[in-house]
Order: sequence, then structure tokens, then C-alpha cells
Amino acid sequence: MSTGSIDASGPGHAAVAAEVDQRGPAAVLGPGAYRGRPHEMFSALRGMGRELWQDKAGFAGLVILVLLALMAIFAPWIAPYDPGKGDLFAKLDPPVWQEGGSWDHILGTDHLGYDVLSRLIHGARVSLTVGVSVVLLAGGFGVFMGLLAGYRGGRTDAFIMRWIDTQIAFPGLLLALLILAVVGPSMITVIIVLAINGWMVYGRMTRGIVLSVRQLPYVEAAEMVGCSGPRVVFRHILPNLTSPLLTLAILEFARIILAEAALSFLGLGVQFPETSWGLDVARGETLMAVAWWPITIPGVAIAVTVLAVNMLASWARITSDPQEREKRFARQLAAREKRRERRERRLGVRPAGVRP
Amino acid sequence: MLPEAMTAERTTVRSPLVEVEGLSIHFPAGRAGFWGQSQLVVHAVDNVTFAIAPGETLGLVGESGSGKTTTGRAILRRVNATRGTIRFRGQDITRIEGEPLRQLRRNMQLIFQDPYASLNPRMRIGEIVGEPLLVHGLVRDAAQARALVVDLLERVGLPADAVDRHPHAFSGGQRQRVGIARALALEPEFIVADEPVSALDVSVRAQVVNLLQELQEALGLTYLFIAHDLSVVQHISHRIAIMYAGHLVEIAPAGSIYVNPKHPYTEALLSAVPIPDPKVQRRRRRIVYSGEVPSPLNPPAGCRFAGRCPRATRQCEMEVPPLEEKAPGHLAACWHS
Repeated sequence: MSTGSIDASGPGHAAVAAEVDQRGPAAVLGPGAYRGRPHEMFSALRGMGRELWQDKAGFAGLVILVLLALMAIFAPWIAPYDPGKGDLFAKLDPPVWQEGGSWDHILGTDHLGYDVLSRLIHGARVSLTVGVSVVLLAGGFGVFMGLLAGYRGGRTDAFIMRWIDTQIAFPGLLLALLILAVVGPSMITVIIVLAINGWMVYGRMTRGIVLSVRQLPYVEAAEMVGCSGPRVVFRHILPNLTSPLLTLAILEFARIILAEAALSFLGLGVQFPETSWGLDVARGETLMAVAWWPITIPGVAIAVTVLAVNMLASWARITSDPQEREKRFARQLAAREKRRERRERRLGVRPAGVRP
Repeated sequence: MLPEAMTAERTTVRSPLVEVEGLSIHFPAGRAGFWGQSQLVVHAVDNVTFAIAPGETLGLVGESGSGKTTTGRAILRRVNATRGTIRFRGQDITRIEGEPLRQLRRNMQLIFQDPYASLNPRMRIGEIVGEPLLVHGLVRDAAQARALVVDLLERVGLPADAVDRHPHAFSGGQRQRVGIARALALEPEFIVADEPVSALDVSVRAQVVNLLQELQEALGLTYLFIAHDLSVVQHISHRIAIMYAGHLVEIAPAGSIYVNPKHPYTEALLSAVPIPDPKVQRRRRRIVYSGEVPSPLNPPAGCRFAGRCPRATRQCEMEVPPLEEKAPGHLAACWHS
């Protein structure tokens, strides 16, 4: 049969949607509409994009993240100064808007004359790379182990859980110091060390959810109709983990950026004059009494990044749950209707309360 | 309903589709005693024997904890039998594992009690109903499954456009139809319906029961219909089996059991079925036995119903009554009937 581009016979609101908004049905479809052909993928992506545009916070989050990524990629071309060289004639210059600041150093300089803006732009590279790769590595491994423990149960479960307990009981910083002292500090070792230290929390959470979800009748139904173990786990159990995992991953992302700062501060991460946001926050701490900008500005960068990830993730969480997704769609429709009604009443186009 | 002669021929000449013989299911329930020296065992099902003929509906009735659901799950091999054998088409399936078990699923399916929890909320109806076809390699991909799924949905009385919707868009009765369509997808011969209507509104119960009956006539299905309520199974069952505290206490043709129950527990159950005639209903004597269901951790040596039975004697307390033929085709496990 023909699969078409997008079936208009989508979720329950399709009919309502078509009446109120021509783009309605496409907006409620999305990932599910993709059936494997290139043009279908594009229209599915377009549908997703449109749906994201409807959620202003999620869209803003995506824009900020894209800008941050571009900034990190094109850092050498954007940054006004070399982040690794100080200008001893411009020590502790304040930002431009403060008295004594100048356009030479828009966000000021630190006590050795390093340009804060340039370091901020270059620092995004290390911080984002470390944050994203540690979350992916630790999350991937932790979730896999959690699924294994929760679904297989028995000895597998006991072994994995005792492993996690042991590793949690061991002071993480000590382990990190040990490894970094032997291998030598670099961004890659920092990523590995933080991933080794951070996967247990994913493992524990995943196992807990798997244990409760695998008792549900629809999981039994999947086993009854003859689904293989991996299919049950990945098709029926894993989707239930989306929202708690997203929440945990965001919290971990922020923690990892700061953990990288701690390691760098101890001289085991990125080495000054190399730069990362975390390192600059740590270095700025000593100057806090005399100058607020060397610590605050990279701190704000971390906060903005985490906020943007949060906004995007909150959109993704709702989008992954069909019921929440339709509710959101209905809310948006209702809000648009109300706005239009109000506008029409103001303009006197139609008598109040009468719909077209 | 088939003529009497044909029904008789069916049950005697044709070999049964499902046979359960001496089935016992015990679950470990931790340890007791200061040193944990005594292993506690839940006797969920004890020594249950029955057979189901092709095209027949056996209603399995009992209260919560009587072991009826466990028995159904054991036939489907979701629960392992402690003792006894289960045969399907004459083949012993008590211990099969792995791929043969997966293939067996094509012949026996389950309809769930709770239509709200038995459908994955993140999947579309088309994916739910088409999944059995997909995992058994009967269709190549979702697009190919679609046509078959639409047929199945029509068969259970759902519109074709349900395919692209999610379960939350449907009512309880409609969801149960989806569950039935999923069970039918593999064209099984035998279906265990585990209280398929007890979670539904009374107004839609009859619809679902009728649907099951129509499907049986059209497809020649065999049902094990589990319920806790005699009035529900009365309508659909050819024969009815009554369980109490893990024992099968009575099994008989539906007509016979309502007219002439042989076991005191069945009598009590029947007296609880309301009669839709206020005059008769008012005059009727409701049998209520006092006492508690025996603990499955420590079941009594004799008849499990002895503690509550008005006719109980010393023999009842000491010896388990055998399931004997009290009338043609009517078996009961009672010393005094």
C-alpha cells in the first residue's frame, strides 16, 4: 500500500486541526510518520521543526545550543585575541559597560591580562566536548548495564549492583587523581575519568524503572506474542525511561562541566593557559574580591548552556510521550483560537464570541 | 449451539486440544524460623486435571487467589509447573523452552484483564496489533502489516483509521478489542481470556463477550475463559470449571452446573448470581458461608473447603476428595454429593 508522505489520519485531533489550522495534522505527527524513504524523512523532520517552533522555549533552547556549537567550532576566527596570551599592560580591565572598561576588551581581562571574551569563546570547545561526551559515554554504559541488570535479574543483577555499590563507595576524586596521575592530564583522559565515575547513577535509576515496568501487562503481552528479549527491552521498556533519563542527563551535564573545572583547578584537567569554562571559573575564584567578571562571565556561560539544554529537553520529553504531545497540541490550538478571537473583537471584524 | 449428538461426538471422538493433568504450581515464598530453616511454599494450584476440546469454551471460575489465573498462565507457559503435565494437541509442552516455545505462541494467545495497562501507551494501534506478525516474520515490514492490521481491526469492530492512533484515544471496551485483535493476529487455535471483561463497564461487557463468541464461531477458536463471576461465563461457556483455593472442585457442562450443582462451594457461588426477576430474587435464599479461605502457605490436609462447609465431616478434614463423575460429564470433588 502507499505510505504517502504523511498520513492525515494521524492522532485524534487531526480533524479539529484541519479545521482550525492547515498545518495541524503535520504538527502532531513527527517521528512516527517517518517510514524510511528520504522524502518522508524530510517531511518528518519538517513536521518536527514546525512542532518545535510552536514551543517557544524549546526553540530558544535549540537556537542557543546551535549558536554555542558554532561558536565553539569557529572559535579561532571569532575570538578577538589569542586565549593563551596575556597582555600585561591591560591587567584586570573591567567589561566595556563598566567605568574604566574599553572596547579593546569587551568583557574585560583577568589579573594576567588574558581577554575574558576570547577565553570564553575558546573555553566552549573543551566544556561542551567534555560535557556531551561524558554524558553520552556514562549514560550509554550506565543505561545498558541497568537494562541488563533489571531485565536479566538473578546473578547478573546481583553482580552489576554490587559492582555499582563498590564503585560508589570508592571516592571518585581519589580514583580520578590516581588515573590522571598515571596517564597524564588531557581532555581525553578527563572524559574517560569522568565517565568511569559517572555511569553508576544511570545504572541504578535504569534498573529501578526496568524492575517496575517489566511487571506491566503490556510487557507481558509483548513477550506473549513472541518478541525477543532485546526487542522487549528496547521497544517496550526503554521508551519509559525517556523522561527520567533526560532529566538525569541534564543534571549530570551541569555537574560534569563543574567536575571538569574541579579537576582542572587541581591541575589534573585542562592545563592553563589552555582554557575551559570550568577552569576559568576556578581561576576567577581567587580574584572574586577585586574583580567579579573573570568568574561570573564563564559561570553565566555554563548557566545559559544548562538552561538551553533544559528547555530543549523539556520539549523533547513531551514530544516523546504521545499523550502529553496531544495535550500540548490542544493547548496551543486553544491559545491560538483565543488570541484570534481577542484580535477580532478588538478590530470589530465580527461580533464577539462568534466563530467563523 | 450445536445439536446434542454433535457435541457428544466432539468431546468423545475428537482428541482434546489442551490437556492438563495433575498440575501443581508452587511458589517459593521466603524462609521462616530464626535460622531460616523452613522454606515457605505458596500452594497456588494443586493437582488440577481437565481437558478442553477443540472449538469449546471452558469457563474457569474462582475467587481471587483460587489459582485460576495461575492455571491459565501455566498453560501458556508463562509460569512453570511444579508437577504435572500440560499437553497441546497431544504434545507435551510442560518443559519446552526457547524457539519451540516461541513457535507455540503462534497457536496459543492471551487476552488480558486490564485493557488500560496491556497496551503500550507509546505505540500506535497499528504497531501494537502488527507486532506479532512482524516478530514472527509473517510480514516484511510495518507497511506490509498495515493491510492485515486493518482487516483484524475490522474483524473486532474497530474503524480502519484506528491504525494511526495511540491507545489513550480509545475507551476501555475499544482497547479490549485492540487486545483481542492482537491476540488474533497470529491466528491461534487456543486463547486464554484472563478476565477479559471484569475491568470494563457493565454496559460494554456483553458486547465484548458477544464479540468473543462470534469470533469463536467464525474462526473455530477454543477458549479458556477465566472469570470470578459466574454470570459472565454462563453466557459463553460450554463447560464450566470451579476452582477453590488451588483445587478444582467441580467441572461440568454449563447447563448441568447451573441446574444441579454438586459441590457446596458451587451452590454458594450460584446463590450469589442475581436473577433478573425481583420476585424470584427476593424469595431466594442467599448462601453465605462463614470462615476464611485457607492460607495457601499452609493448606489443610483434606478438602480445602472443609473449614467453611456445613456438611464437613472428619473424612473431609483428613482426606482430599477425588474429582469423580457424579452425573454424566459432571465431575465434582466432594465426599458428600
